[in-house]
Amino acid sequence: MNTNTAQKLDHAANGFDIDAIRADFPVLEQEVRGKPLVYLDNAATAQKPRQVIEALADYYRAYNANIHRGLHTLSEKATAEYEAARDKLRQFINAASLKEIIFVRGATEAINLVAQSYGRHALKPGDEIIITELEHHSNIVPWQLLCEQTGALLKYIPINDAGELMLEEYDRLLSDRTRLVAVGHISNALGTINPVKTIIDKAHAAGAKALIDGAQAVPHARVDVRALDCDFYAFSGHKLFGSTGIGVLYGRQALLEAMPPYQGGGDMIRTVSMSGTTYNDLPYKFEAGTPHIAGVIALGAAVDYVNGLDFEQAAQHEAALLDYANEQAARIKGLTPVGTAAEKTSILSFTLEGVHPHDIGTILDDEGIAIRAGHHCAMPVMERFGIPATARASFAFYNSRAEVDALMRAIDKCKRLFG
Amino acid sequence: MFDIRDLYQEVIVDHNRSPRNFGRIDDADKTLQGFNPLCGDKLTLYLKTRGQTIDDIAFDGAGCAISVASASMMTDAVKGKTLAAAEALFSEFHGLITSDREALNNGAQLGKLAALAGVRDYPARVKCASLCWHTLRSVIRGDEQPVSTE
Repeated sequence: MNTNTAQKLDHAANGFDIDAIRADFPVLEQEVRGKPLVYLDNAATAQKPRQVIEALADYYRAYNANIHRGLHTLSEKATAEYEAARDKLRQFINAASLKEIIFVRGATEAINLVAQSYGRHALKPGDEIIITELEHHSNIVPWQLLCEQTGALLKYIPINDAGELMLEEYDRLLSDRTRLVAVGHISNALGTINPVKTIIDKAHAAGAKALIDGAQAVPHARVDVRALDCDFYAFSGHKLFGSTGIGVLYGRQALLEAMPPYQGGGDMIRTVSMSGTTYNDLPYKFEAGTPHIAGVIALGAAVDYVNGLDFEQAAQHEAALLDYANEQAARIKGLTPVGTAAEKTSILSFTLEGVHPHDIGTILDDEGIAIRAGHHCAMPVMERFGIPATARASFAFYNSRAEVDALMRAIDKCKRLFG
Repeated sequence: MFDIRDLYQEVIVDHNRSPRNFGRIDDADKTLQGFNPLCGDKLTLYLKTRGQTIDDIAFDGAGCAISVASASMMTDAVKGKTLAAAEALFSEFHGLITSDREALNNGAQLGKLAALAGVRDYPARVKCASLCWHTLRSVIRGDEQPVSTE
């Protein structure tokens, strides 16, 4: 397909105006190595709309102050904006209470918080935690550490050749020893969308708690923690078009209340004396020290931005992009897609015969195209497929069919260079 | 202006496709592994020495074209050389792939290795080209721990 046809198709995509959306993302308006930037590394981190950048800068420019303690005007303004953002996040995932929205550095810290604050007290030797072969290292290593500390055992739900969880194996792993099930909502390496509602229900039926790593899910789908009925839900702001260094842990209020603090410091206390300390209420009990105030406010702006889009249309556009990319990729001889789940988000992970993924990454960069090449912090997935690495193109709603065409031309160039 | 062909020259593509001295030496007297944990590049070097001379050298493993071609070309370049000469060649090679074009003297000793000079324009790939050399230097110095570029 030529670029003109691709562009027409972009515009025809049910009124979803890509040009207008792209204009919101300043970073996209540049050339890399003399070519227009084609940013297809969204699963690593998403680009930021002007509205988010402005919210971040505006805090520092206009009302930089510490929160929850100042009696002065700037501090009151900063506190109000910070707490307003918490409510935006609460609504975004439909949590019942503001007390259930804990600001953390990212999904990684959220999972570590649950492992250490909840897991360390809830688990004893012989208890079991179930995760999957599909997980990002951030949803593996915290549990391995916890198992070393408590004597609990870690079990893995295997995946099939398409990169889908084998649920019948999950049924076999679940038992009265299972205390916790921790599963990624969407795989960062392959794009597989896991049936998390079923997984959560089965965990509960076995008497276990369920944590969902939603880092890859929140940018692509509406998440409703009450409909899912999960006990914990973790995600990062930077993949949701917000800044780095900020993320959210959702936790069921009754669980969070029973959990001891994760870190000690300012803001998380009510009183401190030489003989002891009483802790602050939720959510502050888990927010020790001055938080990433600007990041929280900017994440609120990111949620506003995403809410301003038609999420349905955005999801349809991404699905159409993936279909188109799959179609075009199928024409390239020697290209093997890795991860072909029936339910997946807009990630094309692949290998190319005779060309190592790192060489693909370098050659594509020379064409202005940013992808990820490597193990995607999911080495067990690579091991499962018997490959050291893949090249991964991951799409966001601001990507176009014309960019898919550029990707395919560059893959052809890899083949020519190595031919 | 960078040209991707400066990095992936014919000679590099060729050494990647048909690496020289690829395989193991069963009666090697020195063996060491090298890893590039960030990329996953892995190689094992096998050396047979006679006195201070590298009598035979081979490698196996898996990695990107730059790492495989570099190992292939390195083994070609150091075979028959003394250990001291091989180490000296590493210094020169390291200069080639890390210094800017102007600072570089023409690297008369490097011969075919000069084909890897394009790596200097791609800082993320310097480790790919130098993994085999770091491993060689460690093997010469008698290290037993696998080499890691991180």
